[in-house]
Amino acid sequence: MAILETIGLAKRFGGIVAAADVTLAIDKGARHALIGPNGAGKTTVINLLSGVLKPTAGRILLEGRDITALDPHQRVRLGMARTFQINALFLDLTPLEAIALAVSERLGFGIDCWRLVGRKGAVADEAAEIVERFHLGDVMHERTAILPYGKQRLLEIALAFACRPRVLLLDEPAAGVPEAERHELLATIAALPADVTVLLIEHDMDLVFSFADRISVLVNGALFVDGAPDAVARDPRVKAVYLGEELDA
Amino acid sequence: MTPLAADVAQRLKRRARWSGFEIAFWIVAFASIWLLPQKHLILTETAILALFALSLDLILGYAGIISLGQAAFFGTAGYFAGLAAKYGLINEPVLALLCSGLVAAALGFVTSFLVLRGSDLTRLMVTLGVSLMLGELANRYSNITGGADGLQGVTVAPILGLFQFDMFGHTGYVYCLIVLFVCFLIARRLVYSPFGLSLRAIKGNALRCGAVGIPVNARLVAIYTLAAGFAGMAGALLTQTTAFCSLDVLSLERSADLLLVLIIGGTGYLYGGLIGAVIYKFMQDWIATLTPQYWQFWIGLLLVVIVLIGRDRMAAWHEAARAALARLFTRAIGWRRGPALGGAGPDRS
Repeated sequence: MAILETIGLAKRFGGIVAAADVTLAIDKGARHALIGPNGAGKTTVINLLSGVLKPTAGRILLEGRDITALDPHQRVRLGMARTFQINALFLDLTPLEAIALAVSERLGFGIDCWRLVGRKGAVADEAAEIVERFHLGDVMHERTAILPYGKQRLLEIALAFACRPRVLLLDEPAAGVPEAERHELLATIAALPADVTVLLIEHDMDLVFSFADRISVLVNGALFVDGAPDAVARDPRVKAVYLGEELDA
Repeated sequence: MTPLAADVAQRLKRRARWSGFEIAFWIVAFASIWLLPQKHLILTETAILALFALSLDLILGYAGIISLGQAAFFGTAGYFAGLAAKYGLINEPVLALLCSGLVAAALGFVTSFLVLRGSDLTRLMVTLGVSLMLGELANRYSNITGGADGLQGVTVAPILGLFQFDMFGHTGYVYCLIVLFVCFLIARRLVYSPFGLSLRAIKGNALRCGAVGIPVNARLVAIYTLAAGFAGMAGALLTQTTAFCSLDVLSLERSADLLLVLIIGGTGYLYGGLIGAVIYKFMQDWIATLTPQYWQFWIGLLLVVIVLIGRDRMAAWHEAARAALARLFTRAIGWRRGPALGGAGPDRS
């Protein structure tokens, strides 16, 4: 059963078509990868799903509910969170503060303007759990701005995870991470709980094929091929348009 | 609870602990009631300016909303307090103060929707525009406001019916300082709460705030409204302590000076507006006795120097100075202890 669906989703910027008639169904609990050459419109799809952009046409359904008109924060509250391809972090906060913020917002303490952050034990317990899961324990009291890049990428995912999403959208989580920090990041992504549905955008084919159980290929803003990883890998059209380029490189 | 969770809980709470500096600051502030009785008039102005700057710090230092129109709330509430006292609508000053704050907050709520979108420049222009309009309205309806002559005939009743305002400003200063302290306590609770943390996050990255489920606009409306209420209370205090209100409460200069005060003191740690107000008022007082006409030259110079050096570098110097002092201190203790231990050594062996 599909937990997240798009029906004829389209986005045009003036004359430029960034997404055209994208109809996708993501199954509950899936590890779904969205791949495609540069400029294929992958990040546009994530922005449409998360509400940063409003679609020109089409609908988005989360667990059968139409969320096309909702604001980003409302979609988060309904159980869908995202990460950003280019870090979008709170540079002046520590990782702990940022995670505690996301947790306390989710638990509905965000409008509390009288008690201290973390006065509720639930926030501290959950923040600690997330800090541990994302290997941020040794840097949790540092300012985010001075963290190594790999830790910042982990925090990207940790912040989304702190919203306890049922659907998690990962926008190139491994992009630009140096080799030394890469393993930790990939292991963390692989260890995400099985009940969280993940839609992954990634250029790194090793990560895509080791992680995904279903792959959709996007070319020029339109859905090109959709299927199981080995079927996609064997598809001659995909090889021609995408993997071919990759193998030549 | 795991050790990590205990550490996390403790660290989250520790952020809000009162530091020695804070306690000393308020002890000095309240001691000035007895120690500087001849300075109470300027101290009253300072306390009012500090409360006004605190309101700007809440929106600029925490939520990242830059404003050149905070005088709109200051002035509106100032006139409200003056008119309420003049026509005997609300006689008791504390009640009048709270009502003036509510009037300003209501105005803040209505105009907050204008600052939700746009860049810093848009916000500067919109807030400036609102305060210019209100200033001219006050000028146009001079039959109510007194226009250029100011609002005459304001008589302020004793506070709580007990404490009469006096011409040396003693009562006024104690009154203003208590109001400032109470408002400061409220602001302090607020900035260390989950709500306050979300404001800092919005200032840092509003896009990401939406992506972790924070309703950014609702938060900005809330803090803008509250800050307007604080600014309004400052305006009402000025009217009540001077028994007068004139058009300059709504002037651009008042908003611009406020920004200056906050930048001198530093934004985003609550004491910036308070310290800035003290520096600004006392520099004004001190330099004006030397060169009465040109005192703003020195304020201007100070501002340029502060901005050129940069807040981060000053914080780094401060940190380095503290570390050096701490090293000196430990070395001094070590030096005294060193020979004593050395002397004791041979005897024991």
